[in-house]
Amino acid sequence: MQLIWKTIAFNFCAFKVKTETQNFCRNEYNVTGLCSRMSCPLANSRYATVKEIEGQLYLFVKTIERAHTPKRMWEKIKLSKNYTQALKQIDDELIYWPEFMIHKNKQRLTKLTQMLIRTRRLELKTKPKLIGINKKVERREAKREMKAEKAAKLELTIEKELLERLRKGVYGDGIVNESTQAFEKALDEIEEMHEQDYDEEYEEEEDFDSLEREFVSDVSDEDVSDIEDQGEDFSESDDDDDEEEQPAKKKAKRKLSLILGGKYINVEYEHEQEPQQQIHNW
Amino acid sequence: MRDIKNKIKRSQIYQKLKKEKTTNEIKERKARRKQEELQPELKEQRLKQNQQKTLETLREVDETIVQGDEEVEEAEDEFDGYFKNGVEPKILITTSRRCPGPVYEFVDEFVSIFPNAEFVKRSSQFEIKKIIEIANSRNYTGNLNLIPDLIIVNHDKKMPNAVTIVHLPEGPTAHFKLSSIKLNNNIRGHGKLQDYKPELILNNFTTRLGHTIGKMFSSLFPQQPDFKGRQAVTIHNQRDFIFFRRHRYVFRNGEKVDIQEIGPRFTLKLRWLQNGLFDTKYGVFEWVHKPELDTSRRKFHL
Repeated sequence: MQLIWKTIAFNFCAFKVKTETQNFCRNEYNVTGLCSRMSCPLANSRYATVKEIEGQLYLFVKTIERAHTPKRMWEKIKLSKNYTQALKQIDDELIYWPEFMIHKNKQRLTKLTQMLIRTRRLELKTKPKLIGINKKVERREAKREMKAEKAAKLELTIEKELLERLRKGVYGDGIVNESTQAFEKALDEIEEMHEQDYDEEYEEEEDFDSLEREFVSDVSDEDVSDIEDQGEDFSESDDDDDEEEQPAKKKAKRKLSLILGGKYINVEYEHEQEPQQQIHNW
Repeated sequence: MRDIKNKIKRSQIYQKLKKEKTTNEIKERKARRKQEELQPELKEQRLKQNQQKTLETLREVDETIVQGDEEVEEAEDEFDGYFKNGVEPKILITTSRRCPGPVYEFVDEFVSIFPNAEFVKRSSQFEIKKIIEIANSRNYTGNLNLIPDLIIVNHDKKMPNAVTIVHLPEGPTAHFKLSSIKLNNNIRGHGKLQDYKPELILNNFTTRLGHTIGKMFSSLFPQQPDFKGRQAVTIHNQRDFIFFRRHRYVFRNGEKVDIQEIGPRFTLKLRWLQNGLFDTKYGVFEWVHKPELDTSRRKFHL
C-alpha cells in the first residue's frame, strides 16, 4: 500500500488533477475529492464512501479481506432515506474504524442529501422547454405566408368591407365627413372671407411702403427707456391707452405663406400697429 | 409544318398561320362582345365558368366548415358570457421571462392595439399557471370578469416569436406562432395612433376551429367601438395564416374609402388550441398542429 501511494504521490495517477494550490482526485470512490494519503481510495485497503445512484444513497465499504478479489471488493450498503437513520447506519457499519473515515463519510452523506433535496425541488419547478425548429419547415411556411398575403389582397378586402358596412348603415350618423360636400363648402366660405381680408391688407401695405421686405429693429429709439418697464407694460397691456403710446414697439414683421388658388404669396404685416386688422384665423 | 425543309418557306407559313389565328381571335371576341351586349346573362355565365384556379377555390372540403344553420347551436361556449353580458374586455399582457429590448418595443405597440389592456412586466418568480390563478382569484373576489384575457408574448433569439392567449376564467388557450412583425415606425406612410376603441373586421374564419379562434379574437375587443375614431382592426385569415392589420379610414362621398395603416402589423399561425386553462403537460388539446397536417397544400384548418 505504501508502494501505491509512493507511485501516486511522486510518479503518476490517472485520477489526479493538479492545480496551483492543491491536488484533487477524480476517482468516483474518493470520499473527499482531495488527493492525499488519507483519502486515496487506491492507496488504502480499508476505505468507505457514500455514493448516489439514481436518487438513492449507498455506503460503499472496502476491507483488507476482500482486497484480492476486485470483483467483490466493494460492499454496497443501502442507506436509509431518513437522514438521522442513515447517520446511525454509518456509525454501525464503520464501528472501530478510524475517526477520519467516519467523519468524512458523514460529511458526504450530508452533502448528497442536500443535493437530492435541491434536485427534487428544481424538478417540480416549471422550466422552459426547448423545441427543435425544422429549418426546412420554417422556410416553407415563410414562403407560404408570403403567397397567402398576396392572395389576401388585404387593403382591397378591408376597403370593400368598410364600404359594405357603410352601405349597411353600421355607422349611422357617427361618421362626420362621410359627405365631403358640406365640408368643402365650409372651406370655400372661409377661403373667400380670408381673400377679402387679404385684399384690404395688401392695399394698405402698398400705400404704406413700396418695399416688399424690410428689416426693422425690435426696439425703436424713443422706447429704449421703456424696456425696463416692459414687465409692467405687459400687465397693463389690456388698456387701450397703453397700446396707443407704444405704436412702434415690437415692429417685427412676420412672413406668412398663404395658399390661394394654388399660389404661394408672401404677406407681411405689422404685428401691433393696427391690431384690429390682424389676421387671426390662419 | 415540320416536313417543310426550306427554312424561309417554313417561317413564312408559320407567320401566316399565326396571323390568321390572332385575327380569328379578335373576330371572335368582337362577335362575343356584341352578343353579350344583347344578352348580359351570357357574360355572367362565361365569367362563372372562367374562374381562376387558386388554392382557395380548390380547397379540400372540410366537414367542419360551419354552414349558416349550424351557427345557432354553437352559440353556447366559453365566450358566451362575454358576448351576452356585454363585458368590457380587460387584458393582462405579459412576456416570457427575461425579455430583451426588442421584445418590449413590440409589446409596447401590441398593448396599444387593445383598449383596456395592461402590461405587467414578467418577474421570473411567477409561472404562467400562478399568474392565471391570481387573475382568476381577482375575478371572483372583486368584480366579475375583471381580467377576462391573458396574453403572453414569448421570445426567441431576442425577437418575439409566439403569442399565447388564455381566455379566463376557464379557457380556452391558444398558442400562435408570431412572424413578419413590422412596427409602426417602419411602415411607410403610417398614421398616428389615437386612443379610440377600434371596430373589428374578422375575415375568412370558416371552420368550427376557425370560429372558436375568431370568437377568441373578437372577445379581446370592445363590442361597442368608437365610430367617430374611424379606426378598424382587421384580423384576416388566409390559408391558415392570420394577418393582423390596423387602419384609419375616411369615406369619400360614400363611394370610396381611403385607408391609412397604423402599426404594428404581424402574422399569426395557430399552433395549438387547448380546451381548458394553460397546461402543456396534462391539458386537453383540442387541436394541435402536426407536420403531417401540412402534407396537402389545399387543406386548411381555419
